[in-house]
Amino acid sequence: MKVSQITVFLENKKGRLADVTEALARRGVNIRAASIADTIDYGLLRLIVSDPVQARQALAEAGFSASETEVLAVEVEDRPGGLASIIRCLADAGINIEYLYAFVGKSGEKAIVVLRSEDTDRAREVLQKNNVTLLTGEEVHRL
Amino acid sequence: MKTLPDLESSRALISPAEAMPPDRLRTLQNERLRAVVRRAYETVKVYRRKWDGAGVSPEDIRSVEDLPKLPFITKDDFRDAYPFGMFSAPLSEIVEIHASSGTTGKPTVVGYTRADIEIWGEVMGRTLAAGGVTSDDIVQNSYGYGLFTGGLGAHYGAARIGAAVVPTSAGNTKRQLQVMEDFGTTALCCTPSYAIVLGETGREMGIDFQALPLRVGFHGAEPWSESMRQEIERSLCIRALDIYGLSEVIGPGVAYECLAQSGLHIAEDHFFPEVINPTTLEYVPDGVHGELVFTTLTKTGLPLIRYRTRDITKIIPGQCECGRTLRRMAKVSGRTDDMLIIRGVNVFPSQIEQVLGAVEGTEPHYQLVIDRQPGRLDEVELWVEVSEDVISDEVRRLEELERKIVRELESVLALSIKVRLVEPKSIARSEGKAKRIVDRRELGI
Repeated sequence: MKVSQITVFLENKKGRLADVTEALARRGVNIRAASIADTIDYGLLRLIVSDPVQARQALAEAGFSASETEVLAVEVEDRPGGLASIIRCLADAGINIEYLYAFVGKSGEKAIVVLRSEDTDRAREVLQKNNVTLLTGEEVHRL
Repeated sequence: MKTLPDLESSRALISPAEAMPPDRLRTLQNERLRAVVRRAYETVKVYRRKWDGAGVSPEDIRSVEDLPKLPFITKDDFRDAYPFGMFSAPLSEIVEIHASSGTTGKPTVVGYTRADIEIWGEVMGRTLAAGGVTSDDIVQNSYGYGLFTGGLGAHYGAARIGAAVVPTSAGNTKRQLQVMEDFGTTALCCTPSYAIVLGETGREMGIDFQALPLRVGFHGAEPWSESMRQEIERSLCIRALDIYGLSEVIGPGVAYECLAQSGLHIAEDHFFPEVINPTTLEYVPDGVHGELVFTTLTKTGLPLIRYRTRDITKIIPGQCECGRTLRRMAKVSGRTDDMLIIRGVNVFPSQIEQVLGAVEGTEPHYQLVIDRQPGRLDEVELWVEVSEDVISDEVRRLEELERKIVRELESVLALSIKVRLVEPKSIARSEGKAKRIVDRRELGI
């Protein structure tokens, strides 16, 4: 199972973030990680959730535009240089990263970095070759 | 699979008047114009009053180039002359009277002499011939027969070319379809929305349109889009052609598509078109949208000299591949009544729909918000709802989309408009329809 990220289009208006998160809560969907990319007028809320299918339904019912994207989730040692070594091997392979954000897993020892690259399949290949631990969808969504 | 008519069918059925060399057509138009201008001045009060007021006499009008010297007439002139004041022939010579219902005020009344009915049959006959219809065809005419000009106009055209007309008129859809199936109708005349109803009802009744001999439809009397054309063509398994007309000019047959489906040929040997900027009243160049103005060159019952139709269209430059030399107009894209003036530029909501329709993934859910601060230029924002087809996980994709819409708007409107992406359903809808224009300038907010 691939790692799925949900993106929600939000206008920069008071209370919209509360509306989204409440819509997810009502469905019993847990948010594992979140990040926002914003402009003056609107933002894109990117979410890793416990149940992407339920999340999509909840968002549609609440009238939000949402889309699903495949991302990579990598385990990173929680120490200086942990992230750097991973980025380096992608850079050396000539793969661009569109964006990334991190959260701490259950164990608290390792960080999980959500990573979106222009070529997900190639990025996965390069990371696997460099012995980077990639988490599956099951592992990420059901943490 | 049945064979549908193609461009060859349009080519095979050109009448000489449709393929005149442009200079000969112009000579004919000028001759006819001089006669109609004299007749209008001598017999219709409103022309005499207006032209005297403007200090022009019929002798000043030698050719169509002189037309700008003459004042325009509008629907208001019909209202003031209600019912027969626009007629230019005595009632003894009038053989038919039609009226179009106005949404406000009195209906517009038009009268035809016997010669006018001949002209009507001629132009409507050409309309059908341009779609490949001959005396071998069975034409089912589902336009309403009555005061509305659609029914009888199409009827006269079909009769003129010797086709068998089945005057079903509008309504009673199941019986229409029964007739279509049993009689073997080959050509259909009806409004585009009724064509869609016929298709849907036919399918419910289990009719296989692919198996019917029906092959061409002539649809007009209401605005319709290119996507509606595709829907009709798919649903009825026909070629669907646009026809244009208004009762003040003559009724259907003023302009018609051929099977090239690239604009409507104007019967300009009878109806001379001008396209003006509705604000400055100056001519706009070919290819630029403006208000269509007609002068009838041959009608004797009710001559129109520079009648403002309120319909927005443009002249399509160049000649059609069907061989008709008659100039073409684009599908009517709106009415001047809907026009907005933003920073001095005329903007029609239909142009915005056109742009959004062309930018992939955008839904035609938009709202144009116009505002003006004291002493400042008009501020315009186009709000576009972001659908699931458009949304991306990357901001730059949405920014590209915004820029693309801005660019397209600028090239179509010559106006820079700020585009704002908004959440779905955030544009207020009343009775399911979105309010497209919010003009705060008038409210003084």
